[in-house]
Amino acid sequence: MAKNKISLIKEFTKGLWDENPVLVMLLGLCPTLAVTNSAINGLSMGLAVLFTLTSSSIIISTFRKIIPDEVRIPTFIVVIATFVTITDLTMAAKFPEISKALGPFIPLIVVNCIILGRQEAFSSKNPVGRSIIDALGMSVGFTLTLTLLGAIRELLGAGTIFQIQIMPDSFANWMVMILPPGAFLTLGFMIAGYNWINDKLKTQ
Amino acid sequence: MELFVIFLSAVFVNNYVLSRFLGICPFVGVSKKLGPSISMGMATTFVMTIAAAVSWLIYYKILIPNNLTFLKIVSFILVIASLVQFVEMFIKKISRPLYNALGIYLPLITTNCAIMGVALFLVDMEYNFIQSVIFGFSAGVGFTLAIVIMAGIREKLELADVPEYFKGAPITMIVAGCLALAFSGFAGMI
Repeated sequence: MAKNKISLIKEFTKGLWDENPVLVMLLGLCPTLAVTNSAINGLSMGLAVLFTLTSSSIIISTFRKIIPDEVRIPTFIVVIATFVTITDLTMAAKFPEISKALGPFIPLIVVNCIILGRQEAFSSKNPVGRSIIDALGMSVGFTLTLTLLGAIRELLGAGTIFQIQIMPDSFANWMVMILPPGAFLTLGFMIAGYNWINDKLKTQ
Repeated sequence: MELFVIFLSAVFVNNYVLSRFLGICPFVGVSKKLGPSISMGMATTFVMTIAAAVSWLIYYKILIPNNLTFLKIVSFILVIASLVQFVEMFIKKISRPLYNALGIYLPLITTNCAIMGVALFLVDMEYNFIQSVIFGFSAGVGFTLAIVIMAGIREKLELADVPEYFKGAPITMIVAGCLALAFSGFAGMI
């Protein structure tokens, strides 16, 4: 029992660090780079993915024994697309501003490789409980990475985090950080930083 | 003239990879060598052009008349997935050399968000049929341009002395950042 509990915790935390979807597996890079010009956008994108990934994992692991192997990919895609539609329409109705800022990147969650990847690699082979934990771990890891990336870009590009002024007035905003090139540069440095920290942890 | 503006804008100003961040996965994954990246670019351009035409027809001729626009996402992804499958079979049948050149890249394209992106953008922009096809084609050309430049740089990069922790993905991102910076110079053009 205790062993089982430990492995459940591990199932959750692997998404946060060891198998972080963005920094290690380089999955879902398109939304990662495109929407993180501010911390709030990164966070909302992360939450949208969290909802979609968890719900489709529940459905797919519930029906994993019924879905024939040959048509599993189209089945996954339809399930995912349904939840993405729900997310898209809900966000457009409840949070029109965020929905406008994220634009076509909400519908594009459907082709986000993290979601299809998790279904193929995990939910289609594991029981519901485990799949939920795995999906939550992955999407929390995704959300944290996106929020951090958004926060760094917003801090350097506009001097704020979550629209709260952090930098002194004398700080000249690095405009490039909130423009497309800043996304690539920041992510490059973040992955390098991750490698550095990981290396230090391992040698200890 | 207007079509030419759409072309220029999709290739340079709003380059699909470098300023709209679509199709990053193949951009990072297949840009190690020049040859494969050219094939990938061609396959993507080919599918994108057809996908733009087909998704325009689906959206304006089937979904809108029947008031089914909420099915946009589901129908686009299914159409693109089956289209890629169809194109693969078709090329295999008519031209063996072309199939050998593009073959393995075609299935990868299904999950390429750039294709889905084309379908969604042309609805957003309210393009007509001709404009949509041109838009799809030029988005593909833009993608090809970016991935070929990237592959050229990465081939040279193999010989460079990259700091330990920047090897692999990080340096690729930073190179892409510099490329994006260069492309942002086109921003004021249109």
